[in-house]
Amino acid sequence: MTLAWREALLAFRRSPMLSALSVTTIAFSLFAFGLFGLVALNIREALTRLEDRVEIRAFVADRTPAEAAATALGDVQAFPEVATAVLITPTQALERARRELGEFSDVFDAGILPASIDITLKPGFRDPASVRSVAARLRTYDFIEDVRYGEEWVEKLQEIRNVATLAGTGLGLTFAIVAVIIIGSTIRMAVLARAREIAIMRVVGATDGFVRAPFLIEGALKGTLGGLLALVMTWTASEMIGRYVFAAEFFDVRLAVVGIFAGTVIGLAGSAFSVGRHLKAV
Amino acid sequence: MSPGGVPGPTGTHSAATVIRFTRVRKEFARTGLALKDVSFAVNKGEFVFLTGPSGAGKSTILKLIFAEERPTSGEVKIATLSSATMRHRDIAKLRRKLGIVFQDFRLLEDRTVEQNIAFALEVTGAPRASMGGRIGRLLTQVGLASKAQALPRELSGGEQQRVAIARALVNDPLVLLADEPTGNLDERATRGIFQLLREINATGTAVMMATHDLDLVKRSDCRTLEINHGQLVLDSAEPAPATPPVA
Ligand SMILES: Nc1ncnc2c1ncn2[C@@H]1O[C@H](COP(=O)(O)OP(=O)(O)O)[C@@H](O)[C@H]1O
Ligand SMILES: [Mg+2]
Repeated sequence: MTLAWREALLAFRRSPMLSALSVTTIAFSLFAFGLFGLVALNIREALTRLEDRVEIRAFVADRTPAEAAATALGDVQAFPEVATAVLITPTQALERARRELGEFSDVFDAGILPASIDITLKPGFRDPASVRSVAARLRTYDFIEDVRYGEEWVEKLQEIRNVATLAGTGLGLTFAIVAVIIIGSTIRMAVLARAREIAIMRVVGATDGFVRAPFLIEGALKGTLGGLLALVMTWTASEMIGRYVFAAEFFDVRLAVVGIFAGTVIGLAGSAFSVGRHLKAV
Repeated sequence: MSPGGVPGPTGTHSAATVIRFTRVRKEFARTGLALKDVSFAVNKGEFVFLTGPSGAGKSTILKLIFAEERPTSGEVKIATLSSATMRHRDIAKLRRKLGIVFQDFRLLEDRTVEQNIAFALEVTGAPRASMGGRIGRLLTQVGLASKAQALPRELSGGEQQRVAIARALVNDPLVLLADEPTGNLDERATRGIFQLLREINATGTAVMMATHDLDLVKRSDCRTLEINHGQLVLDSAEPAPATPPVA
């Protein structure tokens, strides 16, 4: 296959501008994926941290009989999603408020704060849907007056993550399609430039695979270069954000390798897609 | 020159048959009928002229042999490969049994004589180690040993055709197909190329040469297949008129 590699490398010298363009569009495609992927990754991290602290507080109405509250507590502890459930008396609630809000402690008078059942959920049940379902069940007790949880935050973050995923996928796919088109036209030119050679190769009995190999190698090389470039761009962007905005997580080695490999696949797909069509023409 | 006992087109199968056309018909979508009911057989080691006026169907016959075209009906059989059962990927296998030479030489202009031949060797996956010696022997055979480093444009037409012939021999072909190989050459070069083809034939390679140069054909005593308007009108090896009996 030395001939195939030589021809593939020669292609870069034959059309350096188009080659550079192919590599850059692939890089931009993966950069879009990478950037929004980073947003999604960091939001997921934030969500996991937030979800670790998800707590549901169900406020118990005044003058609820202690036995009723105790029975309800037993029920709640038996919910499959629930990790812990404890009854907080008004006195305990006041103490906690004083502790948490130090200097404003004199604002609270005994009796202002209602009793509550404080609930933490098992891991895996800390997503908004599970939280809502537990909250809904809690509301069915008529002595439960109100149920609170950090729903707004969780939902907002999830929304941002979904938008980032969608935008990244959309933009990335657009660039990927552009990359495939550019690679296709590069190959058309390369095939035309080599029409004579290809005709001779066929006449002396070259297999289709042999005729195709240089073009596929060329595509895969461009894709891999694009993937590497995208990784450098994404890493630089992440560093800048880290310096000026907030420290962000970066992809682990496995994801980075997957990203570069995705470039190889785009390049290979672009050339495989058009090489057959254009070879038929010579 | 041609060995006796050429089997009839629909006759008994001979192990020595390298090309067999059986009732071959070829229609082109745009130009219509190019070959009509053509049957003949060529044996191993034969030299056959394919003659006829321009547009008669000579090139089409050669293209059917090297599977550039497929018959509309009938069968083209080369050694053991039949057009009826051949798949696309068998084409490369078929062409490695053949050597093909064209009127316009089809050399790579930016490569030396040696590199042009090396290119064909590489394409068919010949081991690099043995390549130098092989190229040297081929160039000696075609009489160009001293021109290995020349570029095609530094050679005469006849010399360029010799390079093309050397290249066609890299696969040690069963049959050498030549489509008007002397069409671009002067009288002297034509005789030289013909002489070379005869020498190659003498080493056991069957040669099929399409030409409309009737002088060349008449001066030799080789078997001649004459085509006119897509029909085989004469096979000098057949005693009777060439129209085959209906099977
Ligand atoms: N690829 C093709 N498409 C359409 N018609 C063709 C093609 N090749 C040959 N023909 C037609 O077939 C006939 C025979 O052509 P050809 O075999 O090239 O003749 P020759 O080689 O004897 O001069 C001609 O009428 C030509 O127009
Ligand atoms: Mg012709």
